Amino acid sequence: MAAHKDNAEILLSLDGVSKGFPGVRALEAVRLTLRAGEVTALIGENGAGKSTLVKILTGLYRPDAGRLTVAGSDVKLEGVRDAARHGIVAIHQETVMFDDLTVAENIFMGHMPKGRGGFVDWPQINQRAARLLAEVDADFSAHARVSTLSVAQKHLVEIARALSQEARIIIMDEPTAALSGHEITDLFKIIARLKAQGRAILFISHKFDEIFAIADSWACLRDGVHVGEGRMGAVTQADLVRLMVGRPVGQMFPQRRSPYGPLVLEAEGLSHPTEFADISFSLHRGEILGFYGLVGAGRSEVMQALFGLTPISAGSIRIDGKPVTIDSAGVAISVGLGFVPEDRQHEGAILALPIYQNVTLAKLQPHTKHGVLSRSSELAASRAITGGLDLRAAGQDQAAGQLSGGNQQKVVIAKWLATNPKILILDEPTKGIDIGAKAAVHEFIRTQAEEGMAVIMVSSEIPEIIGMADRVMVMRAGRIVAEFAAGTATPEKLVAVASQDIEVAA
Amino acid sequence: MKALGQNVPREAMLAAIIVVLLGLIGLRAPVFLSPGNLLGVLTDTSFLFMLALAQMAVILTRGIDLSVAANLALSGMIVTLADRAHPGLSLPVLFALAALSGLILGAFNGALIAFVEIPPIVVTLGTLSIYRGLIFVIAGGQWLTSNDMSRSFLAFPRDTLLGLPNLLVVALVVSVLFWLLLNHTSFGRNLYAIGGNPVAARYCGISLTRQIFAVYILSGVISGLCGLLWVSRYGIAYSGIAQGYELTVIAACVIGGVSIAGGIGSIVGALLGALFLGIIVNALPVMQVSPFWQVLVSGVIILLAVVLNARSEHRAGRLILKTPAREGTP
Repeated sequence: MAAHKDNAEILLSLDGVSKGFPGVRALEAVRLTLRAGEVTALIGENGAGKSTLVKILTGLYRPDAGRLTVAGSDVKLEGVRDAARHGIVAIHQETVMFDDLTVAENIFMGHMPKGRGGFVDWPQINQRAARLLAEVDADFSAHARVSTLSVAQKHLVEIARALSQEARIIIMDEPTAALSGHEITDLFKIIARLKAQGRAILFISHKFDEIFAIADSWACLRDGVHVGEGRMGAVTQADLVRLMVGRPVGQMFPQRRSPYGPLVLEAEGLSHPTEFADISFSLHRGEILGFYGLVGAGRSEVMQALFGLTPISAGSIRIDGKPVTIDSAGVAISVGLGFVPEDRQHEGAILALPIYQNVTLAKLQPHTKHGVLSRSSELAASRAITGGLDLRAAGQDQAAGQLSGGNQQKVVIAKWLATNPKILILDEPTKGIDIGAKAAVHEFIRTQAEEGMAVIMVSSEIPEIIGMADRVMVMRAGRIVAEFAAGTATPEKLVAVASQDIEVAA
Repeated sequence: MKALGQNVPREAMLAAIIVVLLGLIGLRAPVFLSPGNLLGVLTDTSFLFMLALAQMAVILTRGIDLSVAANLALSGMIVTLADRAHPGLSLPVLFALAALSGLILGAFNGALIAFVEIPPIVVTLGTLSIYRGLIFVIAGGQWLTSNDMSRSFLAFPRDTLLGLPNLLVVALVVSVLFWLLLNHTSFGRNLYAIGGNPVAARYCGISLTRQIFAVYILSGVISGLCGLLWVSRYGIAYSGIAQGYELTVIAACVIGGVSIAGGIGSIVGALLGALFLGIIVNALPVMQVSPFWQVLVSGVIILLAVVLNARSEHRAGRLILKTPAREGTP
């Protein structure tokens, strides 16, 4: 299997594929080639367009332009089933399954073999499921309930499901994210077997050691554009990081103009039974503290705990030197914290409510007199804040749900500014927004910091972390593993500490 | 209601449908449109106005209260028993008793839903039977009639204030209070927020547990008050009064544009929904529709109104740009 070279049969190729959403250019003239018996690594930062590409390959999105060729003929995919009919199946990062059904039912969901009279052919299902499970070395029965399986075992079910559809092209989207060291080794053995059978595999991962261990070739996306491809043997990790990050880091970000203020927040030994342990850090007025790490490193969980949404099992928090117990978001807001969550559309805005009611929601008490809300007071506050954010809306009475995505994000940010926080936590502040809008968000964050607000910025984008943060904490597997002072973080160092393979003893 | 701009056209449409409906009824039975008859229809619909508003508050939080009619009947029975045992009790005391009974029954629902986290439909389906069953137990299976009720108790709903029957006056006062509560207090705002986006509401420091507990208490209190008014108006209390009325109440909400998915609904909408049903129920006999057909016809009309409403909700409530925000890497 090692002998495959560029002359191996091309199973799939994409050419000039573009996809846009209103206000966002997700992919622009992207190309990709997958060959029989090869693992191709798809590399890119969060938001580079990898997921969009996967959705196009599996028929979930229709490209605006471009050609998709499968086994030599042009195809237009009409959906997941159609993609499967062409032999393309994706195995997802967080495996989506029917927990209360059996393994066999999960494998054949959507394409149950039918027997006489159109009834489901159970003997055939169980027999074929058992055979497929043997093929992936599964140590569980086809009759097991999926809810009783581990994450690694669920992956095997997904792979068996792909095989049951006679998939020739298998897409694995961060398959190792939730696996332990030896589970990863087992998965790699199965991938090797799939290769030997002449299947093509598109392997998406942020962990470079894995990419170098398993992939034969690579392709890299940045900001929705194809920026390179080649054989694994011909590149180094440093080359790939440079390609992935691309732009010269630092120069396009607003710089600090004044020194920090006094210490405002001290967290010591924050721990959670399962998500994170021993998290300690401090934060000054006017400082932007970056939290970097891979998806799943526990950064968002720490922030939710800080904000009283997740209980902590140990640790203490001091604000302005005074110990505080934050056991609900209400307390967090009252001690001066604000939190702009990552998924702003689903965790942020109340779509049915008008703009001004969204903006005042987190702190209604200044607008209340004798228990009655003052519409004029709410409107005035909301106008002042949304005006400063350049919100585009027909009026304050417009429902948040009628705004564009970018403007909905502004409403959510306005809501937290309206609480007048001392400390603002921003989780992935520029996720899913255009480059132009990103610069505006960065300028805004810097301005807030200059005015004395302390900012915690969680981000998975390396340039953003390096360019914006005055100090960077790096998390891996629920712990802080490194801290970089201003000017000392480089993309290579960040990637190295954040992605080091976690050899769990198990 | 100004607070929900997108609802204005829908409510205007419902109002237009009601006007057209009245016109059609008037063609066939002009007497229906006489001021006296219309006032009668409004008075008849008073219970529905109040219960629909309370139900709307619950539905806003993505909940449902199926026990309202059972609560009404049980509270009505408790008040009647008290009135029979102590005919000297003043009306304010009886009202307080009805409210207290409703409050306790509502708090029981609320505790199971908010603190034990059992789905509202399960809890209130269970308490619906329990409350109905309790009526039988506390009254020993008797039917209490106007003979068992004091004169002032029976007279209250019919007496008038400024030419309007007290029953209707109470419904108007309750409507104004709900308007204040839902549109002009943080409690009301929080109900919309919880139903519209529970996760976001939690991030805003809103205690979902407390708010949800409170909304079932509110629903219970209104049911209790309606219980007193119901038995005194119809002069009868037994385990079967207002049987199945919870479905009429929910239908009024749905017709009025209250979204069963939570977070959307307005006072005007719920009141118009109730009025629409009140007109249908009162008009069908006047139009000499056979009683056998009335249920069927009103069902078809309700469904038509809901379909019209569902279509308009579909347009107004869609998520613009849903996909890009989910874009990027998970």
